[in-house]
Amino acid sequence: MTAALFIAQRATAVVLAFAVTIHLATIVYAARGGLTAAEILARTRGNGWFLALYLVFVAAVAIHAPIGLRTIVREWSAWRGRSLDLAVAGFGALLLAMGMGAALVLFLA
Amino acid sequence: MLQVEVWRGTDRGRFQSFAVPRREHQTILDVVTEIQREQDATLAYRFACRVGMCGSCAMVVNGRPRWTCRTRVSDVVGDDNRLRLEPLHNFAVVKDLAVEMTRFFDKWRDAEGSFQSARTRDDDFAIVPPSSPRRQAADAGIECIGCGVCYSACDVVSWDASYLGPAALNRTWTLVNDVRDAAGAARLDAVAGDNGCHSCHVHMSCTTFCPKGLGPTYAIAGLKRAVTARALTGRTG
Repeated sequence: MTAALFIAQRATAVVLAFAVTIHLATIVYAARGGLTAAEILARTRGNGWFLALYLVFVAAVAIHAPIGLRTIVREWSAWRGRSLDLAVAGFGALLLAMGMGAALVLFLA
Repeated sequence: MLQVEVWRGTDRGRFQSFAVPRREHQTILDVVTEIQREQDATLAYRFACRVGMCGSCAMVVNGRPRWTCRTRVSDVVGDDNRLRLEPLHNFAVVKDLAVEMTRFFDKWRDAEGSFQSARTRDDDFAIVPPSSPRRQAADAGIECIGCGVCYSACDVVSWDASYLGPAALNRTWTLVNDVRDAAGAARLDAVAGDNGCHSCHVHMSCTTFCPKGLGPTYAIAGLKRAVTARALTGRTG
């Protein structure tokens, strides 16, 4: 792992520590509180705080996960070089697109 | 009697069994030497000083990398009297218990592990207070004997053969903390890549098994901090 990737992964880990905690706490609250899907959507629809949090969350995931995946692939296979970097960058872009799409759907629902 | 299984061959081979009399204060190196001199002269192994200074006699003893000249049989053999001796892991095997260490030391070179002076013979001696923090950080890793035990124990080396490894990085950290050294940024750049300090997973096997009691894990952590600081601020020290 290069210094730049190390910094990016550690910095996004700090963001994820907060984002995942809020995410899990929200899930527990929604599940234990017995909220229906409609009630959950009513809370997320048009909620700027919700959208901002999840866009930051998704962006951190899209940076953090591919870096870790790149390290795992390098350690467990002979795959190296530009093709690997492009593949994990593509994986990150996929995570970003799917995550942002999900957050936007709940925001706009 | 000790029942000793010894690796015979190169990267491919088999274990050969020997029975060796157990003696008081016997070291693992004594056992290997007795086999080679009394039972099978074709057994290849390496040693020089026999007193823990040269770093040439390391082997894997009952699954753990050790310096064999300073490891007593009584410390590693249980009631079953069984001993299994293998060449160090993560090295190519020359023959039997002797490993090829060229790549190991090439990595010291690649990690800029040689002192670079900016002074000439006309300059006076550098005065480095032994109590200064940087000298103490250098002293913490300076006693490495290059035995390869840490390299054999390192999981990251076993996964990624290009990883510089704990010994080379430990050497780099001693030089980063040597106030006389002039390599500076070039040395940090040498350990900042995919094969460098940031690939360490902090399993601490190197520190656990280092026969000299050094802490390469902490040296690598120091390099991570220094390289990260340089990447963020552009400053080297």
